[in-house]
Amino acid sequence: MSRDKEFNIEDLLIDQSKFDFKSQVKYAYKTIPGLNKQVVEAISDQKQEPKWMRDLRLKSLEVFETWRDPRFGVDISDLDVSKIVAYIKPDAKKATSWEEVPSEIKDTFDKLGIPEAERKALAGVGAQYDSEIVYQNIKKEMEKLGVIFLDMESAVREYPDLVKEYFMKAIPITDHKYAAFHGAVWSGGTFLYVPKGVKVPLPLQAYFRMNNPGMGQMEHTIIIADEGSEVVFIEGCSAPFYEITNLHAGAVEIYVKKGARVKYATIQNWSKNTYNLNTKRAIVDEDGIMEWASGSMGSEKSMIYPASILRGKGAKTETKAITYAGPKQHMDTGSKVFMLAPYTSANVDARSISIGGGWAFYRGWLRVGGNAKGAKASVSCQALMLDNISKSDTIPLIEVHTDDADIGHEARIGRIREEQIYYLMSRGLKESEAKALIVRGFVEPFAKELPLEYAIELNRLINLEIESSIG
Amino acid sequence: MTALLEIRDLRAEVIGEGVEILKGVNLIINKGETHALMGPNGSGKSTLAHVIMGNPKYRVTSGDILFEGQSILNLSTDERARLGLFLSFQIPEEIEGIKMRQFLINSYRNIHSKDERTLLDLNKSISELTQKLDLNQDFLERYINTGFSGGEKKKSEILQMGFLKPKLCILDEIDSGLDIDALRIVSESLNSFRTEEMGILLITHYQRILNYVVPDFVHVYIDGRIVMTGKKELAEQIEETGYSIIEKELGININEE
Repeated sequence: MSRDKEFNIEDLLIDQSKFDFKSQVKYAYKTIPGLNKQVVEAISDQKQEPKWMRDLRLKSLEVFETWRDPRFGVDISDLDVSKIVAYIKPDAKKATSWEEVPSEIKDTFDKLGIPEAERKALAGVGAQYDSEIVYQNIKKEMEKLGVIFLDMESAVREYPDLVKEYFMKAIPITDHKYAAFHGAVWSGGTFLYVPKGVKVPLPLQAYFRMNNPGMGQMEHTIIIADEGSEVVFIEGCSAPFYEITNLHAGAVEIYVKKGARVKYATIQNWSKNTYNLNTKRAIVDEDGIMEWASGSMGSEKSMIYPASILRGKGAKTETKAITYAGPKQHMDTGSKVFMLAPYTSANVDARSISIGGGWAFYRGWLRVGGNAKGAKASVSCQALMLDNISKSDTIPLIEVHTDDADIGHEARIGRIREEQIYYLMSRGLKESEAKALIVRGFVEPFAKELPLEYAIELNRLINLEIESSIG
Repeated sequence: MTALLEIRDLRAEVIGEGVEILKGVNLIINKGETHALMGPNGSGKSTLAHVIMGNPKYRVTSGDILFEGQSILNLSTDERARLGLFLSFQIPEEIEGIKMRQFLINSYRNIHSKDERTLLDLNKSISELTQKLDLNQDFLERYINTGFSGGEKKKSEILQMGFLKPKLCILDEIDSGLDIDALRIVSESLNSFRTEEMGILLITHYQRILNYVVPDFVHVYIDGRIVMTGKKELAEQIEETGYSIIEKELGININEE
């Protein structure tokens, strides 16, 4: 979780009255259990959406009802959509009190040294006063540059035509069952538009606008980097994020226009009672560059495959991904790249760690189309198992439809080496520290992609997880 | 005076194989002493080093290892390290993603947990030691032993020894694979890192390093035990005649690899 050093939270806490308006924003509104037309219409009404969005939701619902569950990946047979829908309302998390947050999550906050104010926001039981101010300042800066940086609901109201052009275009509602589900009930998320040639001078973080109480489980994020622009966007945080609902079916759509560059970095650490079925996809035009840095730590079961569709000549993508599967976790993750134009290039470095009986499954897909002459790609997946009860699998599918492509692939699956642990212990490190250090080294290529404070917290989290798994 | 290290009739086997690999080792090292342990390949010299350090691959079946008068048999490797034991590995492990500097500081903080030297101060020491070993400062920004040449790996071990300031240094073939210049630098550094309090067990095949690091005692180690102990001259004799003379003299079999 990022903290702005120049901003002093003490100053704000002295006079809380200026934030009182927040507590008055109370949506007294309920949906009936189960997903049906009335529920979807109620969500749309409540958000005061234009007709096209309402229609999109209803169309999604129709598609959802016809789809079966995916026949690969994690077992989601006990997922009860009707129960989840009951919670899809803006003040769901405010209904939770600090006392209801599970004690292990509170303990983790203690160990991570997260300040009180942040804890409540992370646990979903309070608003984030400091981030609001930071957000307002950044928003002003961004407005000067012509950058639109808004929560999705506001964007739908304020820039309907722009949103409509891109909303669920990279990820059609017919893509899979949970894309349709998402289309019907999405709530929250970020809309980011960077105009031609604008290079955003600082990484933008979704966290800046985390005060929006509806954010979380069904977020829709759109990033549009217009020609020649550059932006870094960071979402999520490494501290465990407690949710009362147990499904995340978010969507991230990224449009990298000609010569633009987008980096999307995220660490997901949802609490371990959740299903995480997010869909993330980027469409990259000529000479555009899309970089994914994706860390999947939390949730009980995850299916996440950030995808880049390289449709313009010379488009590039780079993925660095880390998946962590601890006790009782089943993480099905991977990278998808579709190379559909000449001279495109892709580089995938996916790593997983499994510990304490966790199961990390890499499912990658690299498709080099017939038009992708001169394409270059390298895919590397590495899995590290920390004990004998944990599992790791890799299915790196590579499909090449042209003779003129340079494709490299490397896979390494292995257990942590006793000799390495012994070597580090001979230098005074306890067994758990030695293992943590090896794991930190293993995730380093990913950690390097993160802002410093995220990387530090990732390290702390790894130490904590390993300590608790070893006991 | 209590010995720094006392090994009493130590017997050990490889776990899972049940083959005895230390067959009654006796050795006393006092503070300030340098002991050379020489022997042919495959005689089990490295095993002795690893048993002293507590490598979980081996099980002690009888005998004892005392460090400053206390048995360390029940201590884990890291606990032994924190008492002041240090083993320089013949083949140090490569660990990607963690920089040498970070590793050194991490180890130092673990071993000298009561030390209140600042990070700046520690970094300064590390830089000085690095320079002394004729290593580029970039060396510290590289990952632990990763992609190091043979010589760099040995220097890395000596750098750790110099920085961590152990009471007992077991150096397992610190001289192997070094060219003559590197051998000189490593030896000179080793000498400068020595203190009067420190004990050294230098495991080697060759007499060469003993020209630089002069031993107080030379032990000949064959087939899992020390078969002969002498002064520096013993090493010179071995260099001339090889181990076969000793074999004949003692009527034992050496399995030269």
